[in-house]
Amino acid sequence: MSAQPGSVAKVCLLAGKIMLESGAETYRVEDTMNRIAASLGLENAESYATPTGIQFSTEGEASYFRRISNRSNDLQKIADVNSISRQITAQSLDAKEALLLLKGIQHNSETFPFWLQLIASALASGSFAIMFGGSWADFAPSCIAGAGGYAAMIGFDKLLEIRFIAEFVASFLIAVIAVISIKAEFGQYMDKIIIGAVMPLVPGLHITNAVRDLMAGHLIAGISKGVEATLTAIAIGAGVAVLFAFLPH
Amino acid sequence: MLLAQLITSYIAAACFGIIFNAPRHALIQCGMVGMFGWVVYYILVEQGLDVVPATIFGSMLVAILSQICAKIFKTPIIIFNVSGIIPLVPGGLAYDAMRKFVENDYFLAVQLSAKVMLLAGAIAIGLMFSEVVHQLLKKTFAWLHLE
Repeated sequence: MSAQPGSVAKVCLLAGKIMLESGAETYRVEDTMNRIAASLGLENAESYATPTGIQFSTEGEASYFRRISNRSNDLQKIADVNSISRQITAQSLDAKEALLLLKGIQHNSETFPFWLQLIASALASGSFAIMFGGSWADFAPSCIAGAGGYAAMIGFDKLLEIRFIAEFVASFLIAVIAVISIKAEFGQYMDKIIIGAVMPLVPGLHITNAVRDLMAGHLIAGISKGVEATLTAIAIGAGVAVLFAFLPH
Repeated sequence: MLLAQLITSYIAAACFGIIFNAPRHALIQCGMVGMFGWVVYYILVEQGLDVVPATIFGSMLVAILSQICAKIFKTPIIIFNVSGIIPLVPGGLAYDAMRKFVENDYFLAVQLSAKVMLLAGAIAIGLMFSEVVHQLLKKTFAWLHLE
C-alpha cells in the first residue's frame, strides 16, 4: 500500500499536532508519527517534536513543519489519536479516511462540561487539603477556593490569552478566599486551604514530564517544559505572596 | 485516619481525570491507581521512611497498575499515569518554594526547590522502572519464543 507522500505527511503532522496540543509526551508523539508513516508506506520518515513545534521529513521530499501554539490537557484526544494510529498500523484505514477522522477529533468539543470540571476541581482541592494534613474544617473552604481559582484561571485565560496573568489572578483569588474564610472562622489552617486549592493549577504534571523527557534524551523538550512549569509556579507563588505583602500582620 | 486518606486520594485522582478530560470509562481506574500509589507513599512515610524513596515506591506502583490497566483496556498508558501520579506530585512543595522566593526567604526557598527536583526525579525513576521491567519481560518472552 503506497499513498502520496504529501497526504501521508499530512496525516502524521495532524496526528502529532493533536497529541502535542493535548499534552502528550514528545517521545510518544514522535513514535506515533513514525509508526503511521511506516504503515502508510513511507520509508525513512523522520520526525522531531518539541512542545512548540513539529518537523517531519521524508527522504527526497520537502520537509514539513507545524507550529504548536496552545497546549492543554485532553486525555480523550490522545486516546482517540492512539486508536486511529492502531487502526492504521493494522492496515484497516488508509490515509484519506485517517485524515478525515483526525479532523473530526481535532474539532471535538471536550468530554466533560465546564460545570463538571468546576465541581471536580472543587472536590480535588478539598481532598488535597485533607491529604496534606489539614482538618475536616478546611475541606469546605478549600473546595470553594479551588473552584473559584479554577474558574478564574479558565475565564482570564480566555479573556487575556496570557497564561501567566490568568494563573496569577487565580492564585490571588484563592489566597483572598482563604484569608476571608480564616477571618470568618470557617477554616482552621490557612496554608492547607491554599495548598489544596492551588493543586488544580500547579504544574506538577509538567515538572514530572519534563524530567522524564530529559531522561529519555529529549533535551530541548525537557528543558522547555521545565521552563513552562517554573513560570506557572512563579505565577502561583507570586499571586499568593502579593496578598500577604498587603496583609497587615 | 487511613480511611480518610483512601477516600480523599481516590476522589482527588478521579477528579483530576475529569479536569484532564480522561475518557469516561477510565475514571474509576484512574481513581484506583491514584489511591493505591498515595496509600503506599502515606504508609511508608508514616513508618519513618524519607519522602524521596517513598515517592519512588509509590510511583512504581502507579506505573505498574497503569501498565496493567493500559493492557486490559487497550488505551495509552498516559491516561492512567497522569491522574494516578497527581497525588504524589510535589505541587504543594513547588508552591511552598515559590512562596518563600517571593517572600525573600531564599535560604528555605532553595532548600525546598532542591527537594522538588529530587521528588520529580523520584517520580520519573519510579515511572521508568515499570517500563524497563515491561521491556525486559517482552524481550525475554520474544527470546523464549524464538528458542
